[in-house]
Amino acid sequence: MITFTDVTKVYPDGTIAVGGLSLTAPTGRITVLVGPSGCGKTTSLRMINRMIEPTSGSIAIDGRDTATLNATELRRGIGYVIQSGGLFPHRTILDNIATVPLLLGWDKRRARATALDLLERMGLDPALARRYPNQLSGGQQQRVGVARALAADPPVMLMDEPFSAVDPQVRDQLQDEFLRLQAELGKTIVFVTHDIDEAVKLGDQIAVLRVGGTLAQLASPDRLLADPADDFVADFLGRDRGYRGLAFAPAPALPLRREPTVLLGSTADAARAAAAGETWLLVVDAAGAPVGWVEPDRLAGVVTASDLHRGGTVARVGGSLRAALDAALSAPSRRGVLVDESGRLAGTVRAHEVLEAIEREGPGGP
Amino acid sequence: MTWFLDHVPQVWSLLVTHAVLAALPLLLGLLVAVPLGWLARRYPRLYPPVVAVTGLLYTIPSLALFILMPLVIGTGILDPRNVVVALTLYTVALLVRTVADGLAAVPDHVLQAATAMGIGPLRRFLAVELPLAVPVIASGLRVAAVSNVSIVSVAALIGVPQLGSLFTDGFARAFLDPIVVGIVASVLLAAAFDLAILAGSRALTPWVRARGAR
Ligand SMILES: Nc1ncnc2c1ncn2[C@@H]1O[C@H](COP(=O)(O)OP(=O)(O)OP(=O)(O)O)[C@@H](O)[C@H]1O
Ligand SMILES: [Mg+2]
Repeated sequence: MITFTDVTKVYPDGTIAVGGLSLTAPTGRITVLVGPSGCGKTTSLRMINRMIEPTSGSIAIDGRDTATLNATELRRGIGYVIQSGGLFPHRTILDNIATVPLLLGWDKRRARATALDLLERMGLDPALARRYPNQLSGGQQQRVGVARALAADPPVMLMDEPFSAVDPQVRDQLQDEFLRLQAELGKTIVFVTHDIDEAVKLGDQIAVLRVGGTLAQLASPDRLLADPADDFVADFLGRDRGYRGLAFAPAPALPLRREPTVLLGSTADAARAAAAGETWLLVVDAAGAPVGWVEPDRLAGVVTASDLHRGGTVARVGGSLRAALDAALSAPSRRGVLVDESGRLAGTVRAHEVLEAIEREGPGGP
Repeated sequence: MTWFLDHVPQVWSLLVTHAVLAALPLLLGLLVAVPLGWLARRYPRLYPPVVAVTGLLYTIPSLALFILMPLVIGTGILDPRNVVVALTLYTVALLVRTVADGLAAVPDHVLQAATAMGIGPLRRFLAVELPLAVPVIASGLRVAAVSNVSIVSVAALIGVPQLGSLFTDGFARAFLDPIVVGIVASVLLAAAFDLAILAGSRALTPWVRARGAR
């Protein structure tokens, strides 16, 4: 548990970066600091490992005031990941990851074995171990940055916009992997971002800061979206917060319809017969997983992968209302595709049916 | 050519002396320039005076420095230590700025990450900053090495024997052969230093060439 008690940071030039911040980051949870540029997120984060000393107030980790601890030892027990990776360009990937274990005096073999293990856990090819950072893509470098921060198994991790320098697709992937890892490791994490979507996706709780480094609201993502404390928070959350809030709605049972399908590789005639006059027909693969939509009337010969309209998203049965609604809205047929745990087609649902479910038992309300 | 063949042992011994007189100041100069460069980098206010004062050293004429040295450090006039100390000053003059700039070129996020991992200031300097500054420092060393090889010859005028003695000798006797041999040997020596430093720098910085080789 990390506790900020009335923490203030005034830089020598008079800038008040953090102004009387009090908050608690619970053990084993992800606390996200979010807010506009210059609101003191990085400053707050760096005061935890004393890269920056507070002007007043105190920060405690598990009840121990960090000001009373040796700064170097404190830092070795706290993982730190930054946006640009901060990898050592002159050290191999393996040596980069093994940095803190070696500082802590582990023997070389154990440090390297741990590093190699982490490399694989982060989904990286062990063959990368001998490379230098500039031989890796941005996404790979960020993974190495996370692996390095985890190497000595610190209970606390500080992450400063770790995923914001990579392209959106890689970011999504990194976020998913990060959540999976955290589910296993249960670190106490303080995560900085200026991206509210990232905050909502990753945070167990979110602290919204305003410029001047004061706390505007501290809440779980669903409470934050459902009930912003004031105009500043509401503005910061953005206009489509009602829609995003659906991501947290408990998943009610949706009325699934059976959807006619055709196997990829079937003839056009078979497809037209299955469609029974409908404009769009769902195509599945041999395993029963939906792969896309086709217009049977436009088919010639057999149904091939190149005939597929792949615009529709796929939602999981029991997943969020947001995913189900998005599946319905994005399908060319307007029939949202739902799949079961193993990815096989479960049925389809229409947008109005999802909306009815929301009205019945969805989120929101004042 | 026959002159050279008759004097190979003598030329060789002058070459070796020349090499030592040029190389020793290079090492000593580096040892002095690294801490000075660190100071200039660590305390930005010190950068202008340190770089300016050390840079000025290079503008002192070498002959004057060789002659003044015995007065300053109390050595005999023919003592080769005069040459070593004087050239060390020139090396420092050329290297302080390079070292400071090389250290300044180390990316800030790398330093921040090092600090955040609990790497103390001295260790950070030796294990992170200095290795990363090697390519820049090596380029400064190459300039200083060539400069030293050429300046050492001037010491012939104050009677410290090395390849420069071939010039004074040839000049005194109006005889071209030793002068040509002296020039060729100096050029070869400078080239050898240059290659050695380049090779050393490459050996110390495998990551630089790894760039792009994905
Ligand atoms: N070393 C410094 N000296 C003076 N002012 C500083 C210093 N570091 C940061 N500041 C100022 O303090 C305020 C907070 O900076 P900080 O870096 O903590 O913001 P941030 O929330 O991380 O912003 P961003 O989203 O842009 O990264 C800003 O106004 C910034 O200009
Ligand atoms: Mg920041």
